[in-house]
Amino acid sequence: MAEFTLDDLRRILRAGAGVDEQTDLDGEHFADTAFADLGYDSLALLELVNRVEREYGIGIPDGDLAHTQSPREVLAYVHAKLREARV
Amino acid sequence: MSASGIRPGRRGRSVVTGIGVVAPTGIGAARHWESVLAGKSGIGRITRFDPTGYPVRVAGEVPGFRAGEQVPGRLVPQTDRFTHFALAAAEDALTDAAADPATLPEYEMAVVTASSSGGTEFGQHEMENLYQQGSSWVGAYQSIAWFYAATTGQVSIRHGMRGPCGVICGEQAGGLDALGQSRRLLDTGSRLVLSGGTDASLCPYGVVAQLSTGHLSAEDDPARAYLPFDAAASGFVPGEGGAILVVENAESARARGVPSYGELLGYAAGFDPTTDGTAARHTVLVSVIRRTLADAGLTPDAVDMVFADASGVPAEDLAEARAIAEVFGPGGVPVTAPKTLTGRLYAGGAALDVATALLALSAGVIPHTAGLGRPAPGCEIDLVLDRPRQTDPRTALVLARGHGGFTSALLVGAGDRDALKR
Repeated sequence: MAEFTLDDLRRILRAGAGVDEQTDLDGEHFADTAFADLGYDSLALLELVNRVEREYGIGIPDGDLAHTQSPREVLAYVHAKLREARV
Repeated sequence: MSASGIRPGRRGRSVVTGIGVVAPTGIGAARHWESVLAGKSGIGRITRFDPTGYPVRVAGEVPGFRAGEQVPGRLVPQTDRFTHFALAAAEDALTDAAADPATLPEYEMAVVTASSSGGTEFGQHEMENLYQQGSSWVGAYQSIAWFYAATTGQVSIRHGMRGPCGVICGEQAGGLDALGQSRRLLDTGSRLVLSGGTDASLCPYGVVAQLSTGHLSAEDDPARAYLPFDAAASGFVPGEGGAILVVENAESARARGVPSYGELLGYAAGFDPTTDGTAARHTVLVSVIRRTLADAGLTPDAVDMVFADASGVPAEDLAEARAIAEVFGPGGVPVTAPKTLTGRLYAGGAALDVATALLALSAGVIPHTAGLGRPAPGCEIDLVLDRPRQTDPRTALVLARGHGGFTSALLVGAGDRDALKR
């Protein structure tokens, strides 16, 4: 089963929603920076969810990640989903 | 107070202080203007997709546009190419006008652009995802990238312009209508409007959608494919790109201490739903030109040059020539169509024509219509051919007609910016 890391999250954000010049996704505080402060809105999160679903073969119900604040929260959520899928 | 919200008798002066161009003739107003003076065409065989097997294989493509360098990174995957063009042109226009939106009141700045195809290429890509892979492969940004107001919205957000924003869909005439609307906004509380239009529909879906008009040229030779007012006219070549202008009220521009390329002196629009036969087209255009002049408080002899709509469809060219001859007299005013270098740019076409007209006024030159051979019989107009005329024009009338009957005209007058004068 595929792993899902912060690097995967960065890669998917870059491909799906792009990165502004003033935003540093590789900064050390990336995981705990609010998506809003990284320049990502609800549509960017929707795109992220779609891509994670497709790539990792998991279902993410509508709204589950709609109010997610930070990359670390997404990481925890997806890890839990992947564990569910294994059992 | 009239229905438009403008008090009768009150009309401020609207001036253009900044120009941003993304066109087949080049990126940036200076490069575009050099191409116009040199008669350097941006029309060639389509490279954005393989046109083999399509009835239209020649177009005006913007050379060397790199979205990754000219558009904020986040907006590259989130928006269509027509929005990329407008974001780049808006940035250039604001720089050109020395206008920093962060220092101006956010509710007194507005964005009004013209759109004709919307985000066609983006939409085609997502439709391919849909029918090749399934609905979960359709990107979330399809919801905001395809539609007509996408460009206005993204430009507005990018520059914090929260005044009355909107989009006008009037096919090839839309660029003039957007500028007409800008003038209204400047009379109702706005001080700066980003206006104009862009189009980028050179993808299979975009081109095929235009084929039903029967007006696109099937000619393979780029030098022969778009010859308006010419005996060999065979329709028009589609193009991509356009222009974004900074339009301000004259007091605001004066307070900022910036010169202007020119002033929007008069505007009018009409509609003619009958596209068969030339009689009605001619009549509506005559009426629109006369009302534009009346709006400016000027008579035909005050017009120094006309930028023609230049359809390239013989019956439409004849109707336009008849209208111009009826208002100005046969051969009564120099007529030009620099758009033979770009093809017809849909929502971007009339906006680019206004930009070219303003550059011509500031340079004191009537640019020529490059590439034509023998004038079509019956076109009794003084077409500027072969080379520019150094006649120091002070006014320019820009005409535009859109598929379905849109008919508009805008009269611009020279300003006090002459940096381009040679």
